This record gives sequence, structure tokens and C-alpha cells, in this order.
Amino acid sequence: MNTAAAIDPRHAAGQRLREQLFRAATLVAALLVLTLLGGVAVSLLHGAWPALAHFKLHFLTSEVWNPVTDQFGALAAVYGTVVTSLIALLIAIPVSLGIAIFLTELAPAWLKRPVGVAIELLAAVPSIIYGIWGLFVLAPVLQRHVQPWLIETIGPLPIVGKLFQGPPFGIGVLTAGIVLAIMVVPFIAAVMRDVFETVPDVLKESGYGLGATTWEVIWQVVVPYSRTGVTGGVMLGLGRALGETMAVTFVIGNAHRIGSSLLAPGTTISAAIANEFTEAVGDLYTSSLVALGALLFLITFSVIAAARFMLLRLERRALSSV
Amino acid sequence: MSRRFLRKLTNVLALTLSGLATAVGLFFLGAILWTLMSRGFAGMSATLFTAMTPPPGSSGGLLNAIYGSLVMTVIAILIGGPIGMLAGTYLAEYGRASPLSAVIRFVNDVLLSAPSIIVGLFVYELLVVRMGHFSAIAGAVALAMIAIPVTVRTTEDMLNLVPQGMKDASTAMGAYPWRTITSVIYPAARSGMVTGLLLAIARISGETAPLLFTALNNQFWSTNVDAPMANLPVVIFQFALSPYPNWQQLAWSGALLITLSILILSITARVVVARLGPGGNR
Repeated sequence: MNTAAAIDPRHAAGQRLREQLFRAATLVAALLVLTLLGGVAVSLLHGAWPALAHFKLHFLTSEVWNPVTDQFGALAAVYGTVVTSLIALLIAIPVSLGIAIFLTELAPAWLKRPVGVAIELLAAVPSIIYGIWGLFVLAPVLQRHVQPWLIETIGPLPIVGKLFQGPPFGIGVLTAGIVLAIMVVPFIAAVMRDVFETVPDVLKESGYGLGATTWEVIWQVVVPYSRTGVTGGVMLGLGRALGETMAVTFVIGNAHRIGSSLLAPGTTISAAIANEFTEAVGDLYTSSLVALGALLFLITFSVIAAARFMLLRLERRALSSV
Repeated sequence: MSRRFLRKLTNVLALTLSGLATAVGLFFLGAILWTLMSRGFAGMSATLFTAMTPPPGSSGGLLNAIYGSLVMTVIAILIGGPIGMLAGTYLAEYGRASPLSAVIRFVNDVLLSAPSIIVGLFVYELLVVRMGHFSAIAGAVALAMIAIPVTVRTTEDMLNLVPQGMKDASTAMGAYPWRTITSVIYPAARSGMVTGLLLAIARISGETAPLLFTALNNQFWSTNVDAPMANLPVVIFQFALSPYPNWQQLAWSGALLITLSILILSITARVVVARLGPGGNR
């Protein structure tokens, strides 16, 4: 029995109305989140349609990007996006793994928190800062000290040598990969650390009880147990690297070409959009850039969705085991 | 070499490497901050906050860019904050276990890590093309789209921390859910929700990609939100890539300003969360 209703029916009606309004407001806001993602997909497809209709599948297979002759192909940008992200992961995975292991298994209690916070702050630094730092600090160092050495020692080797030939530009695909790596390390490390912390102590203790070393416990108990979460974290980092704009735009050199050397300038989807969008003349040019964006959306969406799905499954498992 | 020795050796090597990895991570944080400080402080002066962005070769400041960034951030939070909080409320209270909430949660997580340049393209298609020109309001909408998922996530997490007993007590007294939420749950979760907003502000104040083709840039002082407006990130982008030393110097000073404000925001948010107690550490 609602006593308020017995005393004052109008009051009760007012309460019910407000309840309905508030509930509706929260529902609308929640649905808006849902429509945002759909809206992004629809509007990108709409904007990309002229280019896709004009070039058809050639858009995906052509390397040519020539605004003068109105020839646009996405291959060089897609190639750059994938290669820079792969370089970033190649560097970031072992480093993040090391940081996560250090933070969960090795660091003394007094060191855990400050180092953890410092790594997380690194994640809060906006990407344009990484870009400007990469251009003015990292690129000159690489050009003067690292790249000449790479060209001399690895350049003459068969097969892998091809990746490290040509003049040392400083900026280029490799530099972009390194800056991306520095950027995604905090993200991946933070996820890995959180995942490692969900490993039940009993499992680790039984490892130690059998006489295993710390490393053996980590490699044979902690890592296998948290495999899904670690993969999820890596994919999240990959999603971030694939879509990153500012950190890459500064240091990649912006050349629509596929070179065999990692030292040569290249471009990525996001760098191409950032550089050319406001200067694009003509509907086909603009539409081609939006089509690049749609492609990036598709790629990152699948990577991020897969990552989130993995982490979600892990969360459920952690909940059910409590 | 005995097997036992080999195992110990592997152990020491692997653990040293992981310590080394942490050192490398911290080294880069230090290197970036050090460069920012040494190059940024060199250009710190009163004119930075009083003069407009200059043409190449002459001196100036970042006043119009700082103002533009503040305006767009405020508008973005005014749009994104309430939407994010309401949506977070739906997820935590009304639709807690519904399948719709599971889908929304998933979509929100995807939006949380979606590339920001895509958001810029979306708002370009949605607003700039329709309105026919770049504008600060389009920039603010793009930033709001990035702030929404952050706010949704933190609001839901913080509301979930409110003890069920408090909600039950309110319900038992005959309060409708909206009354329970606004008079019991929100006050209890207030500091957490403020933290969420701080994090959202920190997240959007350095975003560059979504502003490139929404707010664009403006060399001059402008308070018209229906016109292109200067903003720190885009100014940094343009000035850093220019060949002019005075522009590059301003870019470094701007970069330092942004980074310092973001670090202060994040640390404040962290302190607030830490004060919430062990339950507030999510």
C-alpha cells in the first residue's frame, strides 16, 4: 500500500510522472550511446559512397594516390597502418609484459604504487605530445645514431636486409612504429597487470610449493591462466595503434607509397586523413578520404570488439569464481 | 651446467629483463616530461596568456587558442556530461541486468577505444557539411562524443559502489526509483562522479584529431561559436610542423600547458578516488 497515495492522490500522480520522465531520460541517453556507433557507421558509408562506387574494388587494391589525376587507392595507407602497428606491437608486447610482471610479482610494496601510477600517467599524456616529441627528439637521435648503424649492419644481410636500406631520413615507418610502441605500452601494461592480479594466489602458491622458480610460476602458471586477458589487452593496444593519428602524423613522412625499406617515409590511414582532409579539393578526393576512414573504422572496430569480447569473458569468469 | 643452475639462471635473467622493461618505460616518461619542461618553460611568459597567435617571425602568445580550448571543453562537457551520466544511471540502476544494457555496455566500450579521427569525420559529415562551414560548436560536439563513453563508464562504476542497503532503505520508505537515485544514490556517489567528469575533461583536452576538420583553427580572437575557433591542440600541430622557430617555441609552450593541466586533472581524480576507500579503487 502506498501511503502517499492514500493521503494525496495528486502527489502520487506527480511522483509517478516524474518517475516516468526520469526513467525515459536515462533510457534515451543510453539509447543515444547505441545510436552513436550506428550513426558513425552510416555517415561514414554515406560519405564514402561516391569513391567506393567510382573505384569499386580497385580502391582496396591500388597503391596509386594521385589527387591531380583523381586516382585514389587505399593500399599504401592500409599497408602503412598495418606495418607501423605491427612494429609497435613487436616492441610493446615484451616491454609491457616485463612491466606487468615487475608490478605484480617483483616490485616491493612501496614501489608498486608510484611506478604503477607513473605508467598510468604515461597513458594520460595526449598523443600530440608523443608526436611532437617524436619529431623533435626521437627522430634526430634515430637519424644520427640508430639508423646508420641499422643500414650498415643489417642492410647487407639477405632478406631482412631489404627492410633496412636507403638513406636515414629520421622520420619514416620505423620511427612511427617506435613512437606508437611508446604510446601503447602503458595501455597494454595496465591491462596485463590488472589481469595478472586476478590469478588466484592458491595457484601460484602450489607452483612455488612444487619448487618452481619465480619465472617458472609466471611463465607456466600466471601467463597461461590469464591468456585471454593478455590477448585482450594486446588487441586493445593494437586497436589504439591502428587508429592513432597525431603521434604518427608527425613522424611518418606522409608519402603514399609502399617501400620495401622501413626507414623510408610512408603514410597511414589516419595520417592521410589528418593531413589532406581540409585541403582536399573535389568531391572524389574528399570522398576517398572518408572511404579511408570507413576502412579504418571497420578494421579497428573488429579488433576492439574482439578485444572487448575477450576481456568480457574474462570478467565473467572472475565473477563466477568468486 | 646442471639443470638446477640453468633454471636459476633463466629465472634471474627473465626477472632482470622485466625490471629493465619497467626502467625503459619510466625512462621514456621521464624523457618526454623533461623535453616538455625544458623546451616549454623557455617560452613561458606573461605574453603567452595575453597575446594572440602571431604571424610567423613576430612574437605573440596563445590567448585565443587557450580561450578556444576552454570554451570547447566546457561546451563538450555540458553536452556530454549529462548524457553520459544519465546513460550510466540507466546501466547501473534501471537496466542493470537487461540484455539491452549488455549491448549498450559493449558498444560503449568500443566507443571508448574508437579512433578519435573517426569521430572527427563523423561530426564533419553530420554538422560541418550540413552547416556549410567549420565551427567551434562542431568541435565541441566531436569532443562531447569522446567524453560520453568515459562518463558512462565511470558513472556506472561509481553508482555500483553505492551499498545496496542504502537503496533498499530508500525503496522501503516508499520512494520511487528516481527519488532514490537523485536523493540517495547521486549524493553518495558524488565524488566518484566528479572524478569521472575530471577524467573526461583530461581525455578531451588533448584531443587533436577530432578538431582538425570540425573547429579548424583561427589566427585571430573569436568568441563566435558558429565560426572556426583557435584551440591549443590544432595550434600545436600547425606550429610544430612549421619551419618558423617562434611558432615552434609556442608549440612547445602549448604542449607543456596541455600536459600539465592533464596531469593535474588525472592526479586530482586519482586522489579523489583513493579517498573513496578500498571499494573505490576500480
